[in-house]
Amino acid sequence: MNSFTVHSGLAAPMDRANVDTDLIIPKQFLKSIKRSGFGPNLFDELRYLDEGQPGQDCSTRPLNPDFALNLPRYAGASVLLARENFGCGSSREHAPWALEDFGIRCIIAPSFADIFFNNCFKNGLLPIALPADTVNRLFEAMYASEGYTLEVDLPAQEIRTPDGERIPFKVEAFRKHCLLNGLDDIGLTLESAAAIRTFEVGHRERSPWLFDTIA
Amino acid sequence: MAGQTLYDKLWQQHLVESRDDGTGLLYIDRHLLHEVTSPQAFEGLRLAGRQPWRLDANLAVPDHNVPTEAAERSGGVAGIVDPISRLQVQTLDDNCGDFKIVEIPINDRRQGIVHVVGPEQGATLPGMTVVCGDSHTSTHGALGALAHGIGTSEVEHVLATQCLITRKMKNMRVQVDGALQPGVTAKDVALAVIGRIGTAGGTGYAIEFAGEVVRNLTMEGRMTLCNMSIEAGARAGMVAVDDATIEYVRGRTYSPKGEQWDQAVAAWRELHSDPDAVFDAELTLRGEDIQPQVTWGTSPEMVLPVDGVVPDPDAQETATAKEAVRRALQYMGLKAGQPITDIRPDRVFIGSCTNSRIEDLREAAAVVRGRKIAASIKQALVVPGSGEVKAQAEAEGLDLIFIDAGMEWREPGCSMCLAMNADKLGAGEHCASTSNRNFEGRQGFGGRTHLVSPAMAAAAAVAGHFVDVRSLTENQS
Ligand code: SF4
Repeated sequence: MNSFTVHSGLAAPMDRANVDTDLIIPKQFLKSIKRSGFGPNLFDELRYLDEGQPGQDCSTRPLNPDFALNLPRYAGASVLLARENFGCGSSREHAPWALEDFGIRCIIAPSFADIFFNNCFKNGLLPIALPADTVNRLFEAMYASEGYTLEVDLPAQEIRTPDGERIPFKVEAFRKHCLLNGLDDIGLTLESAAAIRTFEVGHRERSPWLFDTIA
Repeated sequence: MAGQTLYDKLWQQHLVESRDDGTGLLYIDRHLLHEVTSPQAFEGLRLAGRQPWRLDANLAVPDHNVPTEAAERSGGVAGIVDPISRLQVQTLDDNCGDFKIVEIPINDRRQGIVHVVGPEQGATLPGMTVVCGDSHTSTHGALGALAHGIGTSEVEHVLATQCLITRKMKNMRVQVDGALQPGVTAKDVALAVIGRIGTAGGTGYAIEFAGEVVRNLTMEGRMTLCNMSIEAGARAGMVAVDDATIEYVRGRTYSPKGEQWDQAVAAWRELHSDPDAVFDAELTLRGEDIQPQVTWGTSPEMVLPVDGVVPDPDAQETATAKEAVRRALQYMGLKAGQPITDIRPDRVFIGSCTNSRIEDLREAAAVVRGRKIAASIKQALVVPGSGEVKAQAEAEGLDLIFIDAGMEWREPGCSMCLAMNADKLGAGEHCASTSNRNFEGRQGFGGRTHLVSPAMAAAAAVAGHFVDVRSLTENQS
């Protein structure tokens, strides 16, 4: 997993509320058994004028000229500004995979759907929830100036805007630690293997019917 | 100190350790797997040279991609026409073989939608923590279990550690008092709750469904209700254990037997919220107030009673709401002020982990019995949730009722719920669907989904437009 420390990146808009995971990555692309390569199909239904198919070469598909991420001014963006309840819908991790593969490292929105929020951290993406007013202000500033770049400083837990404003944000200590060090969750949990074994022994004594039935 | 909620109890019984940041390491009793969200997890295990922690906690079944047409289905995995679907199902078989995980394969009689199969086989039991790489895992909470969906890296994490790193949710109680009117079902209750609190109303909460209406629901109905809690934003929904729960679990393949059964039942009897438990949020509905529901938009919260009219974007309070309604109406091809009963579905889908259990099929069959589907309906699919449900329905003659009415009787799977297989809507087509999501493109590119109960879907199939199912059934009996 990529570590996340201080990231400076061009901001781009996903200016609608309740962007669900079907919109982030339509289901026809879920059939892949890989974890990479979903970037070209991020927001597929909005980005292209035709219906995307898995395995297709996206570079020859007709782009939707009205979709913000297709505009040259947002090319190479890595910070996504979004609206309420971003990432709602299914628990599919293809959504953060697609965002990450596309090059997004940080998503800023007034609120996120739970599962999606969780999944971001597990894939080296930093989701930041800020008050709606603040997000609004960022949207306006971004629309007003081409090349609007935000500096996201995870150690300091602040976002720095081009005009020098510092916007603090919250992040759980554990998630921050993992993101900073690019740590894999499993390795961390296995440090508690002895505690898990001890729990398991007691759990089996209390509820033996939960064990050995499926085998 | 206040008493504990059901969720508090389940959480505490499975907590291996708490961490300073408020997360906990939660022990997982049952891990269900299917072909869509597991391949990358197995890929991860292999890459890291890891093995599953406890094989007997896992059960796998392919469901999302399996063909539902008998002819295609008869060829097993090799017979799946779509190469990508075939690869996913084959990959599940291969991974289960390599890692020695028990799998119910494609043409096993017990195969079906993972959320139907788990409770049906007794693989999901009261008091368990149940996870699956699928958000509708909330379904299993109906048995008094703590069940929720996880992402693929969590699938890998649970395989490798038997634990989940998670954060305790807040408690919400949704109480439905009184009684439902005839013709009103668990699906209508679920949609009415979502209509009230919105698709984000339950975010951060575990919902316990309670009250007389919930007590009087069958286990199938409770599963429908818990299934939809994720559409209200809540990862987990649950119902306290009572006699109905215990009777449901008794005698199933993986249910405890003999002495262990008695021991288990004694423990399960404690699985309810204490009378003095405090909930962070409460919502109360009266069962009598709930009408048959139909969604008109592209989010489950865009729902109305069947006698409603499609809303006017301009009448919405906020700019965001105006825009959301305008966009939904445009996508759905509907006009403000149009009665719901004027909407004419092109296709009907009765199935999905929300509504494909035997009771759902009985409800739908009761409506279509002796009738024909309207000439304007291009296709009406009935897809049982599992091979066991299919066999039961056939034993009761329900298949013939559907076929006589002009509907198609299929093999079990997710089918048109999400269109990962051949069953899908064409662009612009309206569908009366018993599934759980009406998102843009969910049932096929450009498809227009209206979520309803099985009885309402059947009524729409017969009438050719949405109609209050009670107007069909009243003069029948
Ligand atoms: S039936 Fe639909 S919602 Fe349920 S598991 Fe299958 S695809 Fe998901």
